[in-house]
Amino acid sequence: MNILEGDTAQFEGLPDEFPGGDADRPQENAGHRAEQRAQLHRVWRSPSGWRALSDVQNSIVGRWYLTASLLFFLFAGVLGLLVRVQLAVPNNNFLSPAAYNEVFTMHGTVMMFLFAVPIFEAFSILLLPAFTGSRELPFPRLSAYGFWCFLIGGLFVCGSLFFDAAPNGGWFMYPPLTTAYEPGLGADIWLLGLSFIEVSSIAAAVELIVGVLKCRAPGMRINLMPLYAWYLLVVAAMILFAFPPLIAGDLLFELERALHWPFFDASRGGDPLLWQHLFWIFGHPEVYIIFLPSVALVAMIVPTFARHPIVGYSWVVLSAVGTGFLSFGLWVHHMYTTGVPNLSLAFFSAASEAVAIPTAVQIFCFIATVAAGRVVRSVPMLFVAGALAIFVLGGLTGVMVAIVPFDTQVHDSYFVVAHLHYVLIGGMLFPLVAALYYYHPLITAKRLSERLGRIAFWLMFAGFNIAFLPMHLTGLKGMPRRVQTYDTGLGFDTLNLVSTLGAFVLAAGVAVWVWDLIRPKQRQSHSARNPWNAGTLEWLSDIPGEPYGLRSIPDIGSRYPLWQQPQLMREVDEGRGYLADADEGFRETLVTSPVDAVPEQCLRVPGVSFMPMIAALFTGGLFILPVFKAYTAAGFSGLAALATILHWLWTGTAQIPKTADRDVGRGLTLPNYVSGPKAVGWWAMLITMIGDMTAFLSLIFGYFFFWTIHLPFPPVDQAGPGLLWPLLGLALLLMAWGGVRLALRFNRLDRGPAVCAMLAAACGLTVLGLAALAAGPLVYRMDPVSHAYPAIVLALLLWLAAHALVGMVMQGYCLARRLAGRITATHDADLRNVLLYWHFLAFTAVVTVATIAVFPALSR
Amino acid sequence: MARAGLLLGSLPASLLVTGCEGPQSALMPAGENAQRIATLTFWMAGTALIIWLLVMVLAVLATTNWKRSWRLPRLITGIGIAGGLLPAVLLGALLGYSLPLLRNDGPAPALRIEVTGERWWWRVRYVAPGGMPVELANEIRLPAGVTAEFLLSSPEIIHSFWIPSLAGKVDMIPGRVNRLHITPTHTGSFRGVCAEFCGSAHAQMAFAVEVMTPDAFQQWLAAQAAPVVPEGHGAGERAFAANGCGGCHAIRGSEHRGSIGPDLTHVGSRLTIAAGTRSNDVPELHRWLAATEAVKPGVRMPSYSMLPETELAVLAAWLGTLE
Repeated sequence: MNILEGDTAQFEGLPDEFPGGDADRPQENAGHRAEQRAQLHRVWRSPSGWRALSDVQNSIVGRWYLTASLLFFLFAGVLGLLVRVQLAVPNNNFLSPAAYNEVFTMHGTVMMFLFAVPIFEAFSILLLPAFTGSRELPFPRLSAYGFWCFLIGGLFVCGSLFFDAAPNGGWFMYPPLTTAYEPGLGADIWLLGLSFIEVSSIAAAVELIVGVLKCRAPGMRINLMPLYAWYLLVVAAMILFAFPPLIAGDLLFELERALHWPFFDASRGGDPLLWQHLFWIFGHPEVYIIFLPSVALVAMIVPTFARHPIVGYSWVVLSAVGTGFLSFGLWVHHMYTTGVPNLSLAFFSAASEAVAIPTAVQIFCFIATVAAGRVVRSVPMLFVAGALAIFVLGGLTGVMVAIVPFDTQVHDSYFVVAHLHYVLIGGMLFPLVAALYYYHPLITAKRLSERLGRIAFWLMFAGFNIAFLPMHLTGLKGMPRRVQTYDTGLGFDTLNLVSTLGAFVLAAGVAVWVWDLIRPKQRQSHSARNPWNAGTLEWLSDIPGEPYGLRSIPDIGSRYPLWQQPQLMREVDEGRGYLADADEGFRETLVTSPVDAVPEQCLRVPGVSFMPMIAALFTGGLFILPVFKAYTAAGFSGLAALATILHWLWTGTAQIPKTADRDVGRGLTLPNYVSGPKAVGWWAMLITMIGDMTAFLSLIFGYFFFWTIHLPFPPVDQAGPGLLWPLLGLALLLMAWGGVRLALRFNRLDRGPAVCAMLAAACGLTVLGLAALAAGPLVYRMDPVSHAYPAIVLALLLWLAAHALVGMVMQGYCLARRLAGRITATHDADLRNVLLYWHFLAFTAVVTVATIAVFPALSR
Repeated sequence: MARAGLLLGSLPASLLVTGCEGPQSALMPAGENAQRIATLTFWMAGTALIIWLLVMVLAVLATTNWKRSWRLPRLITGIGIAGGLLPAVLLGALLGYSLPLLRNDGPAPALRIEVTGERWWWRVRYVAPGGMPVELANEIRLPAGVTAEFLLSSPEIIHSFWIPSLAGKVDMIPGRVNRLHITPTHTGSFRGVCAEFCGSAHAQMAFAVEVMTPDAFQQWLAAQAAPVVPEGHGAGERAFAANGCGGCHAIRGSEHRGSIGPDLTHVGSRLTIAAGTRSNDVPELHRWLAATEAVKPGVRMPSYSMLPETELAVLAAWLGTLE
């Protein structure tokens, strides 16, 4: 209970003064302030005309991202309506079976991958700096790169529908239907297009985690962060652990489709269930990746309209973290009917029920907040209330489907269709609409219409329930999912017709809402600043907002600074916070320590550049061209992407500043350059590699999964890579790793030639290591088409080899940087980041060789 | 919120008018397994509805003046009780009740039926101890009150075997054999479907289920086990042979031994054709032969629309006699 008492104490013992404010500082004159403002404007100005596409600033990219994902939502919504039209009456032939399968596959795929996850990234890219009081995200170009990847991949996947080439195997893509029995490009488009989009999700996750941990306003200790930032941290971490297994699965899947390596082919030692495991290890956390950000939005909205700080801040945080953890232990509840052993069923059933508890805690915290305060009625609160009614019902049916015997009846029936729409529309769409009504003034300076908002709400709420409530019964009466049609006389006719009518009422509500978003608003006056009288930092922003965000960056000492630090707005506007100027002509933001938000660095943030867009185009070529079997062109596109990214890194990251320190104001001077764990780049590498490890461990999981279903494993008649060659390869790679370590050590001593020699030697050792790793399968003539065993061994070796190649490029990059004087004894960020990469590479090498060479030798 | 509650309250009532009945309704159980689950369903759904109403009432009260007595420490205790304690107790009870239902089935029963999910039909094989297996397609008959063991597999793609009135579903996965025990409680006609998406004809992959008295079942099985006695070597059989039907289909007791498509030995006696999607009579057989794709998209059996109508009619009529 201590934490919770702390909660209230926090609110009651508010600091009235600007914490750490130095009243001694002489009042600056108006002319000086205007000059500062002009500097900030000059530095943060967005390019215009066609060059606008080179913009990387979070508020612009965030808006693009938001718009694109809303358009994908509307597209997928129309597909949903087509499904409902087809099912309105029995034996309908509005859509042919082939078309229907494409349409329902795309409905699910687009909603999940192009709307529900990206829109949260869009919201976060757009608003995170405002939430945390920074000027920009740490890697604006990375956000832009992620956006372009998302847009290109999304258009590619959606476009396929118009060429009758769309995926048609369901959004879950179960093999062997999709590996062996669906010719055509559909499955390839799904696999490669979505892998490409997953790259952008992971890019966003890296960006957002570093943004939350390292770019908060000074004083915003981790227990003072707005709840949105907490949820963001949890969700971004979940993306990091959930998406990589799918990427690993996609890799295996594409290897099977393109090269016939039999990972999922039971007749050659594979197992279709491996895909189901990898897919749902991703797929279940995915549900919470979609749901939690929307809860986060609710957590921002409810206190504002209750006029009371959240009740049980720590409980909400713990619940969010708990949900994140539990969500990784539930995936088998999508596989109850596959014949997994009863003991596993019991475990996953219990874990699935357990997740209801943190969810309930969050909901009751919101209700308690409302009870503690005095509610102001508004459209955002109306949508929050609707979300509560819908989501709670979806959650309760979720408790039901987590019970194994019940699930064996309703699994893959319309009951589950009803359940998942209650959870996703109540848990995600309604809060999202609430948030768009709530944040619209912040995003576009104009308020949305209260009247249209209410109309939209009632249409959506009624339409939704009319459409989806009957489906519970439709499912219990035995209607399976994903059927193109059904016969009369089964008792489905009326129910389906009602559902279709409801779907159109829901669509009408969405149309009203969309009209409210796009209706011309030139003649409408700007919204007032902080129109809802909210207490959180993002509402400090001017309306309309400035490209640089806040006039100056404040010290934060409370959870609801606008309520609890009354002087804050004036002090910030008068430029009495940090970074009130842009004297040196750079875009800058503060980097602070992860827990206590102590300022550590004045980060020069990269500005406008076409590089992210060009790199995304070439990366797109790498993923998209293989769909059409244009492997050579794809290879060149990949090389071009690599060259672009190297150019981007060379000219844009870890630049040695001309001035070592920066007076950021309020008597604080910070270094312009830091390296190692203080630097955002190091954190980005760390976080990326954690995701990378997850993908790698998913492949290792694949190896041991086969081990569990085969006896003996490796099979006696299958050649392995032997013991000698893999061990030799491992030894060489570990020596290359040692070379990088020594290079860093020599660099600290400023012994340039030794650094270069070490890096060159490490490059050479990596090449030799790669050769040794390749030798094993070649010498023993492993044939990956013949059986799943050689296929998974070679997949692991390919993974290791690709990483070693990237490691070699990094070594070469550092060598060139050192020779060019861009790495010096004191400016060693690149080298330290590369060493961090090599730590992970060394781990990958050890585990790979232990698995494919040592483990079989020991177990034989 | 009150209006919302009213709306949500009135819908289920109107829907109940539609009823729970239907040949594949999990709410009208005719098997022990389905009966247990239906009971569980009614209990869980009822409790869920009560909890939902309580949460809604609480949320509405939180916005009114009635809550003035709720002070912060009490609210926090309330969160702990409503969000932590109560769910933990309820879920614990639910798990305690439902997990024992997972117990392994008893000893393997004498009646064993292998069902294989084909594209897109069901190969059904009754394995009698000692005797020759009896193969048929898209139809399962069971004796009431007797436990049958199903051995479920698939040679190609994943399907899911689901007879909602009798038991929950079990997937049919290449490379595996899943088992399912079914004990029908009373006689009647039911319907089974494929529940796992399996491509172009997923919606047309059903089968007829007939629960009979044990005596009637034994008679039926004996009749199915007997080779067919075709009525002479008429024009129908000549057409069957001339068009190569025997390459895919078997008729026990004749030279036709194909095994790609359904065994047609007693096709005339079956309740449906085309995997539970059409009634079994001569006109439907005729239509099926002439345009298989129109009935079952993506079907592997070609249409025989190039044959003269008369020949199709003869063939359909002859198939109808194979009882």
